[in-house]
Amino acid sequence: MSYKNIKTISNPKLKLEVLTQDEVKKIHEATLQIIEKVGVRFPSKRALEIWEANGAEVDHEKKIVRVKPHIIEDAIKKAPPAYKLAARDPQQDLQLDGNHVNLGTDGCGVEVIDINTGEKRTSCLQDVRDIARIADATEEVAFHWVAVSAQDTPVEARGLHELKAVWENSTKHVQTESVYNVEEAKAAIEMAALIVGGRDKLRERPVLSLMQCTAPPLGHDGGSLDAALLAAEVGIPTGFMTMAACATTGPTTMAGNLAVGNAEVIAGTALLQLAYPGAPVFYAAAQTASDLKTGAYTGGGPEDFLFGAATNILADFYNIPLSMGSFATGAKEPNWQAGLEGSLSTFMASVVMSDMLLGCGFLHGSRIWSFAEMMMDCEIFSIVHKMMEGIVVNDETLAMESIANVGPGGHYLGQKHTRKHMRELFMPKFMDRRPYSEWETKKDDARDWAITKARKTLKEHQPDVLDENISKEMERIIKSVEK
Amino acid sequence: MSEEMYKQMAQCIIDGDSDIAIELAKKSIELKMHPLETITKGFVIGVNYIGDQFGLGEAFLPELVMAGEAMKAAVAVLEPELLKLGEAREMLGRVVLATVEGDIHEIGKTLVGTMLSASGFEVVDLGVDQPADKIIGKALEINANLIGMSALLTTTMVRQREVIEELDKEGLRPRIKVMVGGAPITRDWVTKIKADGYSEDAIGAVKVAKDLVGKGDQ
Ligand code: B12
Repeated sequence: MSYKNIKTISNPKLKLEVLTQDEVKKIHEATLQIIEKVGVRFPSKRALEIWEANGAEVDHEKKIVRVKPHIIEDAIKKAPPAYKLAARDPQQDLQLDGNHVNLGTDGCGVEVIDINTGEKRTSCLQDVRDIARIADATEEVAFHWVAVSAQDTPVEARGLHELKAVWENSTKHVQTESVYNVEEAKAAIEMAALIVGGRDKLRERPVLSLMQCTAPPLGHDGGSLDAALLAAEVGIPTGFMTMAACATTGPTTMAGNLAVGNAEVIAGTALLQLAYPGAPVFYAAAQTASDLKTGAYTGGGPEDFLFGAATNILADFYNIPLSMGSFATGAKEPNWQAGLEGSLSTFMASVVMSDMLLGCGFLHGSRIWSFAEMMMDCEIFSIVHKMMEGIVVNDETLAMESIANVGPGGHYLGQKHTRKHMRELFMPKFMDRRPYSEWETKKDDARDWAITKARKTLKEHQPDVLDENISKEMERIIKSVEK
Repeated sequence: MSEEMYKQMAQCIIDGDSDIAIELAKKSIELKMHPLETITKGFVIGVNYIGDQFGLGEAFLPELVMAGEAMKAAVAVLEPELLKLGEAREMLGRVVLATVEGDIHEIGKTLVGTMLSASGFEVVDLGVDQPADKIIGKALEINANLIGMSALLTTTMVRQREVIEELDKEGLRPRIKVMVGGAPITRDWVTKIKADGYSEDAIGAVKVAKDLVGKGDQ
């Protein structure tokens, strides 16, 4: 299936087995044992009541829940294995069916490298608009995360200003991680309902989805849980993301870290299914290793890449879609490290067909947005996209006729077969393949071309506008939340 | 005899072994060794060694954290003895540390706490999601000279300002100094909210804290 102005990976030829079925089972059993014996913290009155009503052992004082394996397993089975993320433009609806890898932007950045001046500064609402608009035009980006924080808007309704800004500048699906309390979640749902013409239509056309972090080790955040329950009630796809990091918020060893993160996500997901059986949910993860010298969340390095590949195997085991953190880097500017970490994390998460990849555009451990980085990340995604097609072997691709035509010696430049297939070769936008002398006179590189492309896109691209009345109604909803 | 004990004490801190640290501390009391000397000639040597190794990139955070915990365990055993003698270990300052209300990011704050304790500060770590009144209340209760606040969300960093405004309203600064940190915290923000200090990492936090309590040379 192909989408309007969206490039997704599908029907892959490459495969990778990072975990055997036996190993997955071991992690699953460890997970159930953790949930039953150690417990998971659910600091939400509503969540604890749901658990209690469903036969879990609840420690109200510590807010820790211990649950028998069969309750968890039965609940998870109720989750739909496939569904769609709707978009304002139905031609951009995304299938989460295990056969599509959809790239999103990263989210919640706090600083931006200004698109014009190149200076680093605090992020604002206009950045949210600009990024959404560029993402709308960029085929590699299939959906949005709210890329940066609109820090010039009031704290209590910030997440809503951001959502409105994205919807006004793009027709693609929006997923937010900036809505993590009941008040904002309620308003966000109302806003989404405006687009599809009613709350009852959201289940059929969820133009919004929610991502909530778990609180590793083995906990959740109260506001996030309550927001997730609200979303699940109306059929808005919701996922819990674990960021358990080796040696700080999770065990140092990767298997143990996977088990801890899995326990958080699976327990949270089970809660949503117990409350609203059949609610669309997804597994989300961005596990990594901590830096042993600073404790920093690295978001890169070999452990990170392996987690990227391992997690979809777990999500497949539970038969729910996965949203996987990729493209994270500790690099301070678009450089060798950023390219390396972006490439390997994205390759590993794609080769196992993670349904959603998050996301392009960030530097400095998910803090600084760079438009150049966004464009170059998109090129990396395109390369991985091409690689995933693998090598097609058939009569046409074996090219026997032109091999005979050319014979020993000569060249293939004049062959019809070449002309027919040449556009299948990957044409990079940002790779330097010029003569040395040309580079020598200009001394420019990918970063210059990428920022030029971003500027041009921002200047030229006109997204389909959102109905003015809807905008006004959204404004009213936002006002009602502001103090 | 005591030389040998001191060596073992330093070693158990280096090994991050709280059980042995407690055992040795108890033994030193039985042997009527002076508690302050036990600390300075024994356990502290281990902490300093790990600190140096960490600075050199030879030791890592988990070793530092465990050394800190073993040290704490030993001191807890010796503290009552010190009090009996009417002596107290000289601390660089008293710090109340917390992640602000609405924010559950924990690791950065905890590391700052670990480094501050390891460097000779008395630290009360209130944990995450802490409202202004709790933070200020605790600071007054223990007569703290420093409040450290962590915030990792753009929506919660405003709480740092609230605490500072409250302190100013009560006329509690400069008696209590305030330092802040966390992912969205920039120098601009620090100036804007009139915080006394800021650091991007835990090592830097120690230096800032020392400066703020007037012990920058230690
Ligand atoms: C790990 C992580 C989490 C973990 C935290 C686990 C835990 N138990 O602590 C979890 C998964 C819980 C989490 C949750 C969320 N997170 Co988070 N998280 C991070 C991440 C990746 C790393 C933070 C970290 O642990 N770093 C490692 C430590 C060692 O570093 P540090 O915290 O910065 O601390 C150092 C310095 O800052 C300084 N310091 C810190 N505190 C202090 C205090 C003083 C006094 C001083 C002097 C110095 C100092 O010294 C420390 C040691 O070196 C950051 C991104 C980033 N790179 O910072 C996002 C990030 C902070 N999170 C973010 C978000 C949005 C969230 C959520 C809202 C997502 C959601 N929808 O659920 C929730 C928050 C829920 C809540 N109410 O708090 C955003 C915030 C930006 C924004 N726009 O507001 C960030 C920037 C990532 C992103 N772009 O999405 N998160």
